Amino acid sequence: MKTWLHRQTFKPDITVAVFFGVVAIFFYGSILWTFYMSLTRSTLMPNYAVVGLDQYVKLFTNYRWLVSCLNMVIFGVLFIVGTLGFGTILAIFADRRIQAESLFRTIFLYPLAVSLIVTGLSWRWVLDPVNGLQGLMRNAGWENFTFDWLTNPDRAIYTLVIASIWHSSGLVMVIVLAGLRGVDNDLWKAIRMEGIPLWRAYLQVIFPGMRPVIASCVVLLMSEVIRGYDLVIAMTKGGPGIATEMPAKFAVDFYFARVNLGLASAASIVMLMLSLLMLLPYFYSEFRKRT
Amino acid sequence: MSSVSIRQIRKSFAGLTVLDSVDMEIAPGEFVVILGSSGCGKSTLLNVIAGLDDCDSGQILINDVDVSGLEPSQRGLAMVFQSYALFPAMTVRRNLSFGMEIAGTPKAKIAEKVAWAAKLLQIEALLERKPSQLSGGQRQRVAIGRALVRSSSICLFDEPLSNLDAKLRAETRVELKELHETLKSTMIYVTHDQIEAMTMADRVAVMHKGRVEQFAEPQKVYEKPASLFVAGFIGSPAMNFLKGYLEGTRRFKTHDVSLDASSYGFATGPAAEEAILGIRCEDVNVVERGAPDSIPATLAFTELLGADALGWFDCLGQRFSVKLTIDAARTMQKDVGFRFNMSKASFFSAATERRL
Repeated sequence: MKTWLHRQTFKPDITVAVFFGVVAIFFYGSILWTFYMSLTRSTLMPNYAVVGLDQYVKLFTNYRWLVSCLNMVIFGVLFIVGTLGFGTILAIFADRRIQAESLFRTIFLYPLAVSLIVTGLSWRWVLDPVNGLQGLMRNAGWENFTFDWLTNPDRAIYTLVIASIWHSSGLVMVIVLAGLRGVDNDLWKAIRMEGIPLWRAYLQVIFPGMRPVIASCVVLLMSEVIRGYDLVIAMTKGGPGIATEMPAKFAVDFYFARVNLGLASAASIVMLMLSLLMLLPYFYSEFRKRT
Repeated sequence: MSSVSIRQIRKSFAGLTVLDSVDMEIAPGEFVVILGSSGCGKSTLLNVIAGLDDCDSGQILINDVDVSGLEPSQRGLAMVFQSYALFPAMTVRRNLSFGMEIAGTPKAKIAEKVAWAAKLLQIEALLERKPSQLSGGQRQRVAIGRALVRSSSICLFDEPLSNLDAKLRAETRVELKELHETLKSTMIYVTHDQIEAMTMADRVAVMHKGRVEQFAEPQKVYEKPASLFVAGFIGSPAMNFLKGYLEGTRRFKTHDVSLDASSYGFATGPAAEEAILGIRCEDVNVVERGAPDSIPATLAFTELLGADALGWFDCLGQRFSVKLTIDAARTMQKDVGFRFNMSKASFFSAATERRL
């Protein structure tokens, strides 16, 4: 039996088929099922009668959902721009052959090793108006010091931005630094021969030549934005009020807390469409390059 | 046209001497090739001239002005790199104009310069393309163009042809030489390829272990190598060597054979010392075994090269290469004798390895 098995050539096919089966059922199968549910009026339990796009209409007239989407856009733009900018500046400093570079690299990359839940909790403590930074400064004698963004409905979203920039800048730094290390030494020599100022060299020569690296960073950060759930839960729980609601949190809430399977599924499908839409420019540029 | 003086340049890196008191005087409009194997310090020397690398001591003078403390962009030089180093996200036109833009050149002047360089290098059709859409040879032209528009009278080349294939390399070699004739600017060209050095240079500087072994016209470097290293490095196949003893009477003794060397133009007075005889493959005459003033040799094999042939012989324990005609190679006997053309041979001191 054993030697018979060894002689067979179809073994790799079986392995791959099992893998594809798992992916097909649990990944794409789930997507299809979710899509199906979004077309029904399911609440706690699945209801298999298709009613059309009712749930989508409900979704886009739901104030909380619209606020969630707007929050995601504000958070996403600020977070991606901020993280890219901050991480890139760190990478440039690290690339200028500073002292103890590996120490700084570890320090800046370390936040990434901390889970978003812990990140959110820590920043909640730091930004807590009573026990955090504001309280500390007031106890130190600065009675008028005010930094209450966490509890201010207009500002709470920015505390999420600060925490997630802190969390992800190290990742961007490492990726951009790897790209910078790959820049041809002759290119730097040519830049010196032409007398190009350093900031123009980075802005007009080096970074435009690193477009694929930057694009990878943006795609990675975008997925963080759309998935954004755990940080919100740990830091603000969507509050104050619904000031920091996010689409992912909306979906989870409607699945489990408010038992509206149909609406939550519609929200999930819209999020999937949004992800694909965001990746479109990336795929387009990649595809164009091949042909 | 500018002159370049390199005076007593020294550089060591982590205890290793990279440049060991290099001296060179380069005349205005001269095409100088710095030749050497990898790690001999030739690229470092070029970087020091450009100001891209610091040296420990010594001076670089351009038109008799000391530029040692100046930034690379202030020295009035242009440079072409081995990997071309084009600005990746810019079109060819912008690659050419960007440096002038930084320097604050008026727009009309920039356009005029770009048009001139593009016409000279025949890259007018490529001006709107990105470097990634160009072939290696086209990138090379753009890199040269970027150096030309700097309108500096000195141009440095760091192995510019080594990334091209053999055919393109030969074509570009000729074009570079023509460019030099047209522009008459001073060119300093670093390479490890001796054919490039022999064909393009007005003078060749052969470098070895951070020293300039010889700085002379290519033909002189070939015919009268200044040291044992240059003799072995230049020429293909390599020069044949025989160790022996040079007597005061101008006779060279090796392995019981005594050869008359009186026709050789000695640079030094008669003195008895251990010496090495070097002879090129075309300066060995094959004669009959036992002929007067000859040494015995045995044929190992012959290589027919089309126009002529190469015979490989064993002579006094050494492998010798000898240039032969095709007919001679076909009828060559096994046991023969060698007679050397002593006026074209080279003698080196065994102690100093310098030419005698």
